[in-house]
Amino acid sequence: MIKLENVTKILGERRILDGVNLEVRRGETLFVVGPSGTGKSVTLKHMIRLMTPDEGRVVVDGEVVSEAAGKDLERIRDKFGVLFQGGALLEWLNVAENVALPLREKTKLSEDEIDAKVMEKLTMVGLEKDMVKYPSEISGGMRKRVGLARAIVMDPQIILYDEPTSGLDPVSSRMIDRLIDHLKNELGVTSVVVTHDLHSALSIGTRIAMLTGGKIVELATPGDFVKSQVDEVQQFLESQFITVRGEWEKKGL
Amino acid sequence: MLLLFEAILCMRHLFKRRNRVEVLRQMFTGGIKSLAVITVVASFTGMILALQTGIEMRRFGQEVYIGAAVMVSMLREMGPFMTGLILAASVGSSIAAQMGTMVVSEEIAALELMSINPVRFLVMPRLVAMAIMTPFLSFYSCIMGVVGGGIVGMTQLNVPWSAYIDNATRFADNKDLFVGMLKAFLFGIIIVIIACHQGFATTQGAVGVGNATRRTVILSFLTILIVGYMITRFFYV
Ligand SMILES: Nc1ncnc2c1ncn2[C@@H]1O[C@H](COP(=O)(O)OP(=O)(O)OP(=O)(O)O)[C@@H](O)[C@H]1O
Ligand SMILES: [Mg+2]
Repeated sequence: MIKLENVTKILGERRILDGVNLEVRRGETLFVVGPSGTGKSVTLKHMIRLMTPDEGRVVVDGEVVSEAAGKDLERIRDKFGVLFQGGALLEWLNVAENVALPLREKTKLSEDEIDAKVMEKLTMVGLEKDMVKYPSEISGGMRKRVGLARAIVMDPQIILYDEPTSGLDPVSSRMIDRLIDHLKNELGVTSVVVTHDLHSALSIGTRIAMLTGGKIVELATPGDFVKSQVDEVQQFLESQFITVRGEWEKKGL
Repeated sequence: MLLLFEAILCMRHLFKRRNRVEVLRQMFTGGIKSLAVITVVASFTGMILALQTGIEMRRFGQEVYIGAAVMVSMLREMGPFMTGLILAASVGSSIAAQMGTMVVSEEIAALELMSINPVRFLVMPRLVAMAIMTPFLSFYSCIMGVVGGGIVGMTQLNVPWSAYIDNATRFADNKDLFVGMLKAFLFGIIIVIIACHQGFATTQGAVGVGNATRRTVILSFLTILIVGYMITRFFYV
């Protein structure tokens, strides 16, 4: 569904992405893990052409995103919902208005229909009580969940999540996990999730990719990922070993 | 410059009610909130003008001409010029900081992704609001300046209020008013376009926002000075 072909991106002096090849399959939940600053967010931005590759190309549903413009780009982008790392909420709109923004700007729904839809999505992320608060009045984790509600309000086919659970308490994190999984199972949504949260990746991921040094060094199902022989993956797993190994071995993976 | 054309193209969206509401909101934040500082600065400018020219003219017993001096210089030059500088420093810098922060926190990216044109959504309402508000504020500052001058005339130079006003209105003509308003209108546009342009070009986090703000104020000041001079030259030479 989404294909990165030999994508290379140089930012400043550094070669952030160095020939990344990655295919996201329809209906899967692909996790991307890797150390801070390796270009995970940059990778996501390439999928929606907020960044353009210096070499290589990005294809979504057979269309080359990295060369699309105007109406074509708009149509491709409409397939996506994106949760940005910081939420990217507009400060002068309250929570409900932020979530309603794409509906107000791009659809002809009536105010009642919009309200109902906003309410539905905010309930999904557990924020139905905070509709009239402003972004500056809520916590980072809550902003993220509002961002998530906004990302799914147009019912997109593909959702990109940039660290959906970082900064959230464990209970909310698992709620987000369940939501991602629910969207996949019920609506066939394709998801790409950037995370440091190995727990999420192993429990709801269909595949996990490890990005480091500008390359994908491992791409495997959760079961195979924990057995990976790649050094970087070993290190990454070891850093979260105690919980992960114990738990996943018990489940017989 | 490109940004200006795009923003003008986006004005067709003014037909939507929501966009007009946003313009009104911007007129309030950009304009009304600057009233206090403009009042103070303009009336003191009028007072200084009156005092300076009055002291000179008193030697010839022509103090009453301070009316014309204050009125004409406020209308043609000082009113729009000072309103422009004040708005560049207050409204321009705050627009640049806001746009810059929005770039840094990926809000602009989020808008683009939702296919919401940031120029239509953010630049156009501010542009329209300031293009309307700046001439009004400039006119208001002229009034304040003339009142300030009159007060100095009465208290320091023994020029009666009625003679002062009479003198002021006799020597100012519509051309002065028109040129002043034209200047203010252009200054309003200049400030918004420079501020948005600098804000959108922000890179590198908080430091970048600071730089964008500083460059906005400096660039607007310079542009206002140059454009102000050119207009005066065009109409009066
Ligand atoms: N617009 C940009 N201009 C210059 N450098 C950039 C830009 N965006 C990102 N970078 C650099 O690219 C590198 C990768 O950034 P990215 O945000 O993708 O990291 P990340 O893997 O998402 O890390 P984190 O887990 O901390 O979010 C960083 O070193 C960053 O400094
Ligand atoms: Mg990131």
